[in-house]
Amino acid sequence: MDIIVCVKQVLDHDIPPRDFKVDEENLSVVPPANVSPIISNFDEYAIEEAILLKEAHGGKITVLTVGGDSAKDLLKKCLAMGCDEAILLQDEAFENSDSFGVARILAGAIKKIGTFDILLCGRISSDWSQGATSIALAEALDIPSASQLIKIEVNGDTLRCDRVLEDGEEVVEITTPCLLTASNEINNPRLPSVKGILMASRKQIPIWGLSDVDVDATTVGSTGSTLELTRLYKPDLSGNCEFIEADSLEEAADKLGDRLREDKII
Amino acid sequence: MSNDVLILAERINDRISLVSSELCNIGKNLANENGGSLVALLLGGEGTKDLAKGLIALGADKVIAAEANILEGYNNAAYTQVVDTAYKEVSPSIFLTGCTSIGRDIAPRIAFRNNTSFANDCTELSLEDGKLSAVRPVYAGNAMSHVRSKTETATATIRMKAFALADEDEGRSGEMGEIAVSVEEGDLKTSYVETRQVESEGVRLEDAEYVVSGGRGLGGPENFEQLEKLAKLLKAAVGASRAAVDAGWAPTHMQVGQTGKIVSPMLYVAVGISGAMQHMVGAGPSKNIVAINTDPDAPIFQRARYGIVGDYKKVIPALTEKFEKLLEN
Repeated sequence: MDIIVCVKQVLDHDIPPRDFKVDEENLSVVPPANVSPIISNFDEYAIEEAILLKEAHGGKITVLTVGGDSAKDLLKKCLAMGCDEAILLQDEAFENSDSFGVARILAGAIKKIGTFDILLCGRISSDWSQGATSIALAEALDIPSASQLIKIEVNGDTLRCDRVLEDGEEVVEITTPCLLTASNEINNPRLPSVKGILMASRKQIPIWGLSDVDVDATTVGSTGSTLELTRLYKPDLSGNCEFIEADSLEEAADKLGDRLREDKII
Repeated sequence: MSNDVLILAERINDRISLVSSELCNIGKNLANENGGSLVALLLGGEGTKDLAKGLIALGADKVIAAEANILEGYNNAAYTQVVDTAYKEVSPSIFLTGCTSIGRDIAPRIAFRNNTSFANDCTELSLEDGKLSAVRPVYAGNAMSHVRSKTETATATIRMKAFALADEDEGRSGEMGEIAVSVEEGDLKTSYVETRQVESEGVRLEDAEYVVSGGRGLGGPENFEQLEKLAKLLKAAVGASRAAVDAGWAPTHMQVGQTGKIVSPMLYVAVGISGAMQHMVGAGPSKNIVAINTDPDAPIFQRARYGIVGDYKKVIPALTEKFEKLLEN
């Protein structure tokens, strides 16, 4: 079973909100010093699921990302976790692509790779949260898709998948080749082993540019982008919290009850 | 391209979902401003045509119903075909869906296929120089972005509970239309098997007037019992942060946050929840938040009306006792 996983490098989503800075003039997020970018949250579950599928059914895992030089670290991590090959899609023309542009670049690379059974992505990115690259990629490759999965069961070339819904779960069947997106309930991502890290450090990561992936340059990058960012700012979260203080926590609870009654909340 | 706005309404069992009403409301406003009509599309199995008539009372000028057995359960391939057919027939300036498990799954396909722009999880929508403009929380709510469509046609999904519901007016008139469904099960690469709806004991989180939620600070699954006692008293629903769900202390359907439920109770009691932005996406619409946390710097306090810094194990039993007394009167 050949699997391709598409991942994205993002600003660490676990930094405290007070360290999160925005340059409003340049419409960009300023990464705090000494904080390395990491793999987008749900993408890590996609990598783990690919490895679990490979462990159960054999095959090869190729990881793709569109990004700059630092994205190599991300790919190294995926290799260290247990992926077999990684390709960095890098070109000036790719910079500032929107979700659909990235989907076109990935689709071009996947066509160059050739055949595959499953394409895996995270359900949504933890930075721009469009959730559109994966599904547009399925559209670009004209393959079926199933999103926000919490379970994947392989029965030959049919997969039985559980999707997480607002109010429960839904079971769907899908034929390969297909695109699947992982939700966080699907597994518990492993940490790379020392052996994995050593093996990954020896692996070459090829770089493919515009001419390799054969996409029309006007449909990617900022020219191909369908949205214009006009403002970016931190939301106003003025701390109006009234801290209830008392000699004991029991008394504080008592006072809180009174305040909620006065406000007619209770 | 017409000046119309097309919305994808959704059916939940035998009713039209609440987000459909929000879609009608914002869709109607945008259609009026754009000089077009609001067209509402509803897909589903038996009874869909009848149910779809209700969309006129919610403001739709035209309703397109697609009723077929194959649309009974959600099937991406079948739904995409039907929605795309309707999209091409209406050829709208703006296409809107809810940011739901169906909307998120289908809107990017329609947008990509028809060369429109795409903005997900929007909390405000307006027209700027005839182009759809949206406010979107990004970086899990750490930043707000304003984006404007560069293309003539735009697609967007709206965050549940971010928009007002439509005023229901049974006196409204509108045109009823249908779309013939020619999709055959055997031709498709996806099929629907079943839905496992979670029967929540007691009050549904989304509908609750009161919510008591626990996070990593609870320290273990057994401690949810204390919250349940308080919840029972208030007729509240019990929620959990993603940290508590990931730790296996609470089931997925209890998760409040960006990838869980969005709640809007009168009172949200956050116990041992730090208030990561992705959690606040779900808890933010609450009218009042009370936070109990041992860390005075926890971001949750920035969003709370009242806060107690301290061990919840002492606060919650005392608070439960107090509420008991208050509710007797």
